[in-house]
Amino acid sequence: MAETSLQIDHLSKRYGSVVALDDMTFDVRAGEVFGFVGSNGAGKTTTMRIILGVLSADAGEVRWAGQRIDLASRRHIGYMPEERGLYPKMKVGEQLIYLARLHGMAAGAARSAAEQWAERLGVHGRWGDELQKLSLGNQQRVQLAAALVHSPEILVLDEPFSGLDPVAVDVMSQVLAERAAAGVPVIFSSHQLDLVQRLCHRVGIVKAGRMVALGGVDELRAGAEGRLVVTAPQGPPGWAAAIPGVTVTAQQNTTVTLQLAPGTDDQAVLAAALATGPVAEFSWRRPDLTELFRHVVTEEVAA
Amino acid sequence: MSAPLSPGSAPAALSSLSAIRLVAGRELTTRLHSKAFRVMTLVVLLMIVAMVVIFKLLAGSGPSTVTVGVLQGDAQQLAQVEATGTAVGQHLSAETVPNEAAGQKRVADGELAALLVPSASGALHVVVESKLDAGLQGALTVLARNMALDHQIRMLGGDPATVNAAVSNAGLDLQVLSPPHHYDVAQIVLGSVAGILIYLSLMTGGQLVAQGVVEEKSSRVVELLLATIRPWELMSGKVLGIGLLGLIQVAAYGIVGVGLASALGVLTLSISAAASTVVWLVVWYLIGFVMYAFAFAAAGALVSRQEDAAGVIMPVLIFVIAGYVLGISILPGDPSNSLVSVLSVIPLFAPTLMPMRLAMGGVPAWEAALALVLALAMIPALAALAGRIYRNAVIHIGARVSLRKALAR
Repeated sequence: MAETSLQIDHLSKRYGSVVALDDMTFDVRAGEVFGFVGSNGAGKTTTMRIILGVLSADAGEVRWAGQRIDLASRRHIGYMPEERGLYPKMKVGEQLIYLARLHGMAAGAARSAAEQWAERLGVHGRWGDELQKLSLGNQQRVQLAAALVHSPEILVLDEPFSGLDPVAVDVMSQVLAERAAAGVPVIFSSHQLDLVQRLCHRVGIVKAGRMVALGGVDELRAGAEGRLVVTAPQGPPGWAAAIPGVTVTAQQNTTVTLQLAPGTDDQAVLAAALATGPVAEFSWRRPDLTELFRHVVTEEVAA
Repeated sequence: MSAPLSPGSAPAALSSLSAIRLVAGRELTTRLHSKAFRVMTLVVLLMIVAMVVIFKLLAGSGPSTVTVGVLQGDAQQLAQVEATGTAVGQHLSAETVPNEAAGQKRVADGELAALLVPSASGALHVVVESKLDAGLQGALTVLARNMALDHQIRMLGGDPATVNAAVSNAGLDLQVLSPPHHYDVAQIVLGSVAGILIYLSLMTGGQLVAQGVVEEKSSRVVELLLATIRPWELMSGKVLGIGLLGLIQVAAYGIVGVGLASALGVLTLSISAAASTVVWLVVWYLIGFVMYAFAFAAAGALVSRQEDAAGVIMPVLIFVIAGYVLGISILPGDPSNSLVSVLSVIPLFAPTLMPMRLAMGGVPAWEAALALVLALAMIPALAALAGRIYRNAVIHIGARVSLRKALAR
């Protein structure tokens, strides 16, 4: 395990009879972008809040570079809470400088860092305006600047992409990749799975407070069951469902997506398709993250 | 595109003290810059100035000097008029007029309040414009009686001066075993004003603290803050910042009010009495503010919306209001009221009642000291309790947090 990694080690948290986290364990390595994925209420925000010390865990601990994380090391984290929030009546510039100083920066360094990030994120023109006078999108940019202003050694971002316009999404993606390239472990949660797939080196899927799938995006996709996609334009309705060991998981016009039971021969399916007439498409497809996610989540429910 | 930050900008350790100072600094500067705060302070200052000026104008119609005219050559009467005035507490001055006609003209013109003309019978002939002022009437009646008395003494062959001296030396030699405190009207007024000021300051300061806490919850910024500093640092910084702000206000009110009143002569107090009132006002403001502010902060932490704040701070507000209302309604009429005396030593009521009593005077030193000690002793306990409620409640955004839940663990 890398020296400078953020280790989330067997965290548990209960709210009365509700289990929020159940033995949550994973790590985020230096220079890695880690995507944290799961349904609402799965425990992503609770995990991040425990990392930041805003909540305390019932059991387990969070370590940074092998040391149990404490208030001093938490000051090196850049945090974007799910519930966005800055002082509505405070000026953008003053706000960034204040937050930088709370993270321990000296006054001069805080100012120049705040100016740099405001410039970089395109809100420098609003430096002297009250935050509440900015559009929601610009407020989000200020929020990101607030997470980055103290040049954090770790980034923990809860839903950083929600509410951003496409340009801001690009800026955000760039910044995350760039920070990771600078050796910072980046963990973020998102429901925009295409973004997660594109940006993340590794992904963790959370379900009911547990990590149910963890690994590189390709690794996870490779490990999952493939689907057979067949297009038989002249096939009568239900031709595929009649084949033993085949389940139709989706149908769009004359294209069906099939799940094959273990031991079922795909060539038998091809033969059955050809029997209906010409076959326009016959291919195996790896699920994308969205399908994988849906699969993992529903599978756990059935279990 | 990349904006690498200089390596020298890496954050250093932040001590609790610097964290509190940063938070307090923000509270102080954002509020000092706010228009609402400036307008509010200015309005109260203007009200204080107006009040002092009104007092001055009202007082101006009181014991002013009344000038009466006496005929030229009546030197004895000239001295007697002023002596009598002094004896009855009426500022009388006498001017001589060349003759009766000239004197009457000056009375008609309003330059003289009255013209005194001695008559052969020994009675005092008084010429006035339309009516004789009640105060002047009393003084002149005494003068007339003295003149009659002197006349009789002379008729009996005695010396009026000797008799007057003997009479004025005769008096009561009073021995009081347990003297009640003499309450000066000026001091009672001062005490009431001190009460109003401290009440207003505690109310607004306390509400600012509660609002500030709720603002951080409702804007969700509290989560970002608590990821960098401890809850008690945030709470203490807030209390300190707003407390300093209030202190600046109270000191300004006190100094402007007492200073102006002394300068205009509305307050017939010694400088030391006036200064001690301001000092006590500031001391009790500080104690009261710290005590209540922690409670207000804890109450504010229970809710997430500004609309819900009024409900949770009411139980704290009640103590401030109760102390003030009792004090302002009882003390001016009965400064030594025993119920108020007892309450003014109890920490929860002391911050409003004790400064009023102290300004009015007559508070035994042990009572003042006891109230101070009790209040100071209560602050750490209250701060600890408030800190626990605040820490447990401030991160729970959404529904109101019950007090029981906030006190747990």
